[in-house]
Amino acid sequence: MRSTPELDARRGLEKLATYPFQIASWVDDTGYPMSVSVTATIDPGSLVATFAPPAGLAVPTDRDVSLTGSHIRPQPGYGYDERRHVTVWGRVSPGIRPDSMARVLTLTGRSAWGWDETEVPFFEYSERSVPRSRRYFDALSAERGTPVKPKLSFGFLALRATRLPFLTATIVPVLLGILIAASHGAFDLASAALTVIGASFVQLGLNVANDVFDTVQGADDANVTPTQFSGGSRVIQYGLVSLRQMASLATVFYVAAALIGLLLLATRGSTALLVIGVVGFIVSLGYTAPPLKFVYRGLGEIAVAIGFGPLMLLGAYVVQTRGALAWEPFVASIPVALLVALILYVNEIPDRRGDAHAGKRTLPVRFSPSAVIGGYNAAVVAAYAAVIVGVIAGLLPIPTLLMLLTIPLARRVSAGLAPNYDNPYGLMAFMGVNVRLHLAAGVLLLVAYAIVIAAMAIAPGVDLFLG
Amino acid sequence: MATIPAPAAELIERALVAELTVVDPTGRPVTYPLIPLWDGERVYMTSSTLFSRKLEHIGRNASVAVSVTDPVSVGGRADRVTIQGDARVIADDPHGGWERLLPIWSAKEPAIVAFLKARVALPLFFERALIEITPRRVLYWTDGDASIAPVVTVLGEEAA
Repeated sequence: MRSTPELDARRGLEKLATYPFQIASWVDDTGYPMSVSVTATIDPGSLVATFAPPAGLAVPTDRDVSLTGSHIRPQPGYGYDERRHVTVWGRVSPGIRPDSMARVLTLTGRSAWGWDETEVPFFEYSERSVPRSRRYFDALSAERGTPVKPKLSFGFLALRATRLPFLTATIVPVLLGILIAASHGAFDLASAALTVIGASFVQLGLNVANDVFDTVQGADDANVTPTQFSGGSRVIQYGLVSLRQMASLATVFYVAAALIGLLLLATRGSTALLVIGVVGFIVSLGYTAPPLKFVYRGLGEIAVAIGFGPLMLLGAYVVQTRGALAWEPFVASIPVALLVALILYVNEIPDRRGDAHAGKRTLPVRFSPSAVIGGYNAAVVAAYAAVIVGVIAGLLPIPTLLMLLTIPLARRVSAGLAPNYDNPYGLMAFMGVNVRLHLAAGVLLLVAYAIVIAAMAIAPGVDLFLG
Repeated sequence: MATIPAPAAELIERALVAELTVVDPTGRPVTYPLIPLWDGERVYMTSSTLFSRKLEHIGRNASVAVSVTDPVSVGGRADRVTIQGDARVIADDPHGGWERLLPIWSAKEPAIVAFLKARVALPLFFERALIEITPRRVLYWTDGDASIAPVVTVLGEEAA
């Protein structure tokens, strides 16, 4: 994989011509490189650059000479930006300028190399260069006879490897299920805490297993535009954690989740909880793991919607109610499910080339940009419609309409998709807003149920349901 | 140790960017823009392991040149300098060894301190090797005009 786009001598000279001066470099007769700034007249069509010979220095004609253009813009108090550079190599021949009879040197371009951060953003350039870093550490390890690896502090590594900040996807539906159960008069603190912890382990297991299987199947290696929201944790690609260690970590999380699940079954058990637990485990592991590989088949969004919507929310609900089911938690899980699926959906947009390369047929891989954006808009409208219809039908309490306050966030994401569809780093800001949309909607639904519970305590006669 | 002429040292000290030219295995010069750091005796540069090809080149051939050519990067000064020297790659501790240069690096790029605090976002960028360059020969162009021969100082000898 190249870390910078291929550049031929002609294109290199075209770029070089945009710099106000060039740096001529060669290896002198003492074996040291020599550099001096010159002002070259460049004719990319003829593949030549002509410049006056620097005084007091012998530019060799029997070996390669390079001309380099380099640019940064200083930003006082910050550093710099607008980084770009280009180098063209070739042989130099002496000559005479016909108009002035002045001595000149003419470099005939043969090859070129360069980087322009407006063409390849720094983060993509870095990502494309990861294999070089790995080779460097391999060589260092071989030289020292002991493994030398890149490092991160334990806290940072844990944060990155487990993608801990995304735990809100679990916390929101589980707390909502617990609060809805509490509003129905069923609440047990110990089992509620165990549910939050167990469900969190399921998600952490999923996150880590996802990295393992995406690495094994080549999707994460093929992705050169990961962002903080997409492309996996990259800890395996960066050599921070081995594939085996990540597989072990995923196993630990799943085993811990299973033990807590068994404990809850033993203490608060019901057939409903058993079914939800088993289906949840299959959905979680089958998300990227063979043979199911839901996300590779374009079913990732549905799997995530089911897993982080009804399964989490109803699971938390039935733990509290000891198996009693109701329509209200199911209806409340619909907007949560849609919004969490939309996090994945938008995050898949910048991953789509790497995903396609690895045979991961996600929805953004399968469909055109307009269809994908249309799908986002339809799903987000459905999320709000579910709440409105739920309230009108008397299935959800009136305060859940608070979720409509997040509509401006949804509009921002929707408006940001088209202009940034092919710009992963531009899209990153809207991916962040999309994550906030799910969190804000979830928090407002939690607030709605806190209001319901408070109203039941303060004014038992007040009915917060229509109909 | 003999040190480089004061104006050249000032230029290196002030420059936000300089060009490091190394020799590749085919004997070809390869130029990289990098931040030059001057400790009063030697020029230091750092390279992320992500962009470590230059480190491999230096490992094979320690002869390098550092030049400051861009008036914009030195606050409008017209003078220019090229230092030929011997480079040594220091990679004892790629994770933190280079941080001893952070005080002089952050003076040129203040944002690096904040970036370093968030190294979790780009961990490999902060796995770095130091390039220590011992100057051997300094070429200084008072007005930056290459049509006039530079003042050449061979360290340990009188100016040519």
